[in-house]
Amino acid sequence: MNTVRNALRLAAMYAIAAATTSHALYARAGDHAWRLDNAAYRQECGSCHVPYPPALLDAASWRAVMGGLERHFGTDASLEPAARSEVLAFLERNAGRKRTSAEGGPLLRVSETPWFVKEHREEVPAATLRRPDVKSFANCGACHAAADQGDYSERGIRVPGGRQR
Amino acid sequence: MRTLALSLALAATALPVAAADTPNVLLDAYAAEARKENPAFAGASAERGRAFFTTAHGKEWSCATCHTAAPAAGGKHTVTGKAIAPLAPAANPERFASAYKAEKWFRRNCTDVLGRECTAQEKGDVLAWLLAAR
Repeated sequence: MNTVRNALRLAAMYAIAAATTSHALYARAGDHAWRLDNAAYRQECGSCHVPYPPALLDAASWRAVMGGLERHFGTDASLEPAARSEVLAFLERNAGRKRTSAEGGPLLRVSETPWFVKEHREEVPAATLRRPDVKSFANCGACHAAADQGDYSERGIRVPGGRQR
Repeated sequence: MRTLALSLALAATALPVAAADTPNVLLDAYAAEARKENPAFAGASAERGRAFFTTAHGKEWSCATCHTAAPAAGGKHTVTGKAIAPLAPAANPERFASAYKAEKWFRRNCTDVLGRECTAQEKGDVLAWLLAAR
């Protein structure tokens, strides 16, 4: 297919998506809520999982993730070059400043970062993770009701099967 | 912001093209391509599409693993658990309204399910079945 035509179509779709969803994108930064105000990112990375907050990985991690989309945690998540560049630029602009690496290599999973592990290890027991309505730490929305809007505030948490405290 | 302004400017040029995509236009395009691939091709088949969609093809997943065998109902991503909106255009008018999106998802998901891209006939058959689903 014609690359220029594809790039134009892509731009049109993002513009429409931005115009129709921007009202819902505001979330308070700093209070476990993040802004996800990029239509390309939301559309391309928010279909199979919620669009994860870019600040949860550093720029090196995001570059590594975006460099391997053809084999993205067991599935093909490849993007057209124009979409890939736009998403990567958004991730780099909003990446976390704290390094997310282990054994010399960048971490690829948010759920393996020390911060994530500390926040979730005790509150989410293995039995909760095994529930069919939870399945994996990738399913943020199972407990964080407004995760797709970048809102992870305490108020919005409801753990299926009850909270462990 | 510069990106958004650029997108809006481009949108004005690209909209007429994008607006022309409908499920039936796509179906015709896949059928025309299938005829080129195979001169004996006699039109897309919803029944072939159903069988293709609901069976595994040598790998772990079928299309129905995530989308279910009832495409007018929603599905769920088998790894992440995220809800997937219905695939049948009758239930979800956003489906197959963009050739770009349809091609992107066929490319990705056929790789996951078959280990290769789908042929035009396979895509046409699946779309014919999805179009018939209520």
